[in-house]
Amino acid sequence: MSVGTPKSLPTSGQKSINDISHPLSYEEGVLTPSPELPNTSSIGEKDLSLPNGTPVDTSSPASSSSLLNRLQLDDDLDGETRDLFVTVDDPKKHVSTMETYITYRVNTKTTRAEFDLPEYSVRRRYQDFDWLRNKLEETQPTHLIPPLPEKFVVKGVVDRFSEEFVETRRKALDKFLKRIADHPVLSFNDHFNVFLSAKDLSSYKKQGLALLSKMGESVKYVTGGYKLRCRPVEFAAMGEYLDTFVLKLGTIDRIAQRIIKEQAEYLVELREYGPIYLSWANAEDDELQKPLEGVAGCVSSCSTALEELTEDMSEDFLPVLREYVLYIESMKNVLKKRDQVQAEYEAKLEAAALKREERQAVPTDVEKCQDRVECFNADLKADWDRWQNNKRQDFRQLLIGMADKNIQYYEKSKILTAKENVTPL
Amino acid sequence: MRRRLSQVQQTHDTTIYVSEPRMADSGSEEAAVIENPEVAPEEVQQDIGGTGDGSSLLKKMEISVSEAEKRTGKNTMNMQETYTVYLIETRSVEALNEGQSPAPDTLWRRYSEFELLRNYLLVTYSYIVVPPLPEKRAEFVWHKLSADNMDPDFVERRRIGLENFLLRISAHSVLSKDNIFYLFLTQENGWKDVVYDTGFQAKADSRLKALNATFRVKNPEKRFTELKHYSDELQSVISHLLRVRARVADRLYGVYKVHGNYGRVFSEWSAIEKEMGDGLQSAGHHMDAYAASVDDILEEEEHYADQLKEYLFYSEALRAVCRKHELLQYELEVTALDLVSKKQQREELATGTVRTFSLKGMTSKLFGQETPEQREAKLKVLEEQITEGEEFVKSKTLECEEYVQNSWIDIERFKEQKNQDLKEALISYAVMQISMCKKGIQVWTNAKECFSKM
Repeated sequence: MSVGTPKSLPTSGQKSINDISHPLSYEEGVLTPSPELPNTSSIGEKDLSLPNGTPVDTSSPASSSSLLNRLQLDDDLDGETRDLFVTVDDPKKHVSTMETYITYRVNTKTTRAEFDLPEYSVRRRYQDFDWLRNKLEETQPTHLIPPLPEKFVVKGVVDRFSEEFVETRRKALDKFLKRIADHPVLSFNDHFNVFLSAKDLSSYKKQGLALLSKMGESVKYVTGGYKLRCRPVEFAAMGEYLDTFVLKLGTIDRIAQRIIKEQAEYLVELREYGPIYLSWANAEDDELQKPLEGVAGCVSSCSTALEELTEDMSEDFLPVLREYVLYIESMKNVLKKRDQVQAEYEAKLEAAALKREERQAVPTDVEKCQDRVECFNADLKADWDRWQNNKRQDFRQLLIGMADKNIQYYEKSKILTAKENVTPL
Repeated sequence: MRRRLSQVQQTHDTTIYVSEPRMADSGSEEAAVIENPEVAPEEVQQDIGGTGDGSSLLKKMEISVSEAEKRTGKNTMNMQETYTVYLIETRSVEALNEGQSPAPDTLWRRYSEFELLRNYLLVTYSYIVVPPLPEKRAEFVWHKLSADNMDPDFVERRRIGLENFLLRISAHSVLSKDNIFYLFLTQENGWKDVVYDTGFQAKADSRLKALNATFRVKNPEKRFTELKHYSDELQSVISHLLRVRARVADRLYGVYKVHGNYGRVFSEWSAIEKEMGDGLQSAGHHMDAYAASVDDILEEEEHYADQLKEYLFYSEALRAVCRKHELLQYELEVTALDLVSKKQQREELATGTVRTFSLKGMTSKLFGQETPEQREAKLKVLEEQITEGEEFVKSKTLECEEYVQNSWIDIERFKEQKNQDLKEALISYAVMQISMCKKGIQVWTNAKECFSKM
């Protein structure tokens, strides 16, 4: 982990806050690199350490040409020139005397120089993912870190070793790593690298702790309670958007749950309904038996298809909604941190202005604060655009998926009904 | 939209022509209508049983129950009540076939008068499976349906049911010839008195008598025993079916309606989005359409439920025919037993032996034997009674046999009708389900298109 090497910002460069465009007016698709590339020489002067003195993790080497390459690579979202691929699969149960838990296989393929090998395959459990996320939040506080699936299973009814639960979790963990791997800054994080490659993560974790205590990195990013004067428009807008969006997601979650519940109750009734036609058929002679059995068959195939629909919605739809709610919660925290950084800067600036007797250079720590604010804003802005884009794709996919499942349900029912009743479609 | 409950058809010798839909009113379905000699009301004082052409009234007359209205009036206890009357329209078929469109003859009847007609038919034609009336009170209701008799939807469905009832009777080769039925259709005032004057109520078998017979009959005809079991099963299975169907309808309604909430939230969400907004908004409209579509679906299903209900009530009519047979059979058995016992008594008297324990035996022991004169007198009475009894047994046997014969003809006719009607109903139910699936596919495909434009 290289400490102290300043990392340049991949996108907005040195635009001032006022020049940064409105968060809701992101461009379609690819993030366009800032027209003003940071001057190589000025990079070295930026001290991107945290206000309390601990350095920010800046693990990626920063020569301007490789930076340019990386810019273009990372911004290419359709993956043709992506150089890091991560998947999560193959859940397995481990039983020891102390506990039982599930591990997942994490596979990596990469051409990046930061990795020693081109391929890795390691086993990780949820705890490890949780550790990774915490590390990322600590070391990349100016970025939006993707969410993990819920840690604890709230409802006592759900079996955390059931196939459905494990599969749902696996998909979410896969998504989590992919989002990080696609991120131009987070993907170069050292902890991420180790997570993907280390055979023995637990010893690294312990070692990391020792290092941390030396570096003081374990000190959480906490600023004093400064009051923010004026939140810039685009960040205020971000906050408002998130507030409204999370409410809407909550509503959609409740509606989806209600539908699942109603469908389950509908299914219960159907299960009683169909067989009545069969017992009626027993009392009748040939002529009526066939149509009666036909209707019984139609009801039964409807039931089966309905059960599948309800399961799918439970397993695929609801978890994604909940993931986004968690995402938004962590994003709001990042926004708060940004406010704090800005508040601190404003306070120090004001204090310095009061102290100034003659015209002298602005004190360095005020300058540091200003840099911090600008970097934070730039990182956040870039991540916000990225996030908006991903969100759009995610929800488009999610809703199309919902429509597809319903279409399949009706298709299955229709075809089986026609078959049972020998009626033309 | 007006609709008939089923294509009422005659299964016997006559054929049915179906006319063009009537121009006069909106959307009336085809009436079953046939050729005619004119039947002037004044000519018809007694049963029209003797027309001899084997045709039913349906061939001569177009019948419909076209409207319903609320009335208020004083009832028998001089209290104000509100009730519904139904307009019965009749027209001569020949006139229609000749291209004329005469105004229909009309009169108003309320439900209780239909009931009176049916009760009269039940008593008078006990060997016929008499078509049932639509339900008196709304049963098998699911939450959105009203159980209120005054509810317009209920009234409408009842109107259809009453029309179906009249058409069934007028398609029946025996029932359609009944004069009381004819007067029901043509004579508004004083009809009730005419019915009561027939004295049919006196002829009705008491419920107690019938129940008694059911328990005590020893040798009912096997076919009737089977028919009784069948009608019990039919009643039980259709009731169960209708109950569960109502719950299914309730749940289906819930599933569809909750989707309407998506419409609202998508609309609200689209307000904070830039590029996703349009797609979301239009998808929301489709969700609203989806939620609304369930109303039509369930209305059609209600129609199917009504068809099943008719046969639920028909099973009671079947049961009534079985009961009548049991009663006749029981009376025959009782009469026969009585004859046997009388013959036995004669034997005892004649031979002087007391074979079985009897009061006679007791009294003769206690009070001494009778005189020959007394015995002669008693024998004479017994002989008369026996002769009478033998005649009685003969006529009862004949009555039983005739009953079995006549009723079985109608039962066979009923079976055919039932199979045909229910088959059609079940097939159209399956078609309904398929249509529901198609609509669902359409809506979700539209929504999917909107989502892909997000």
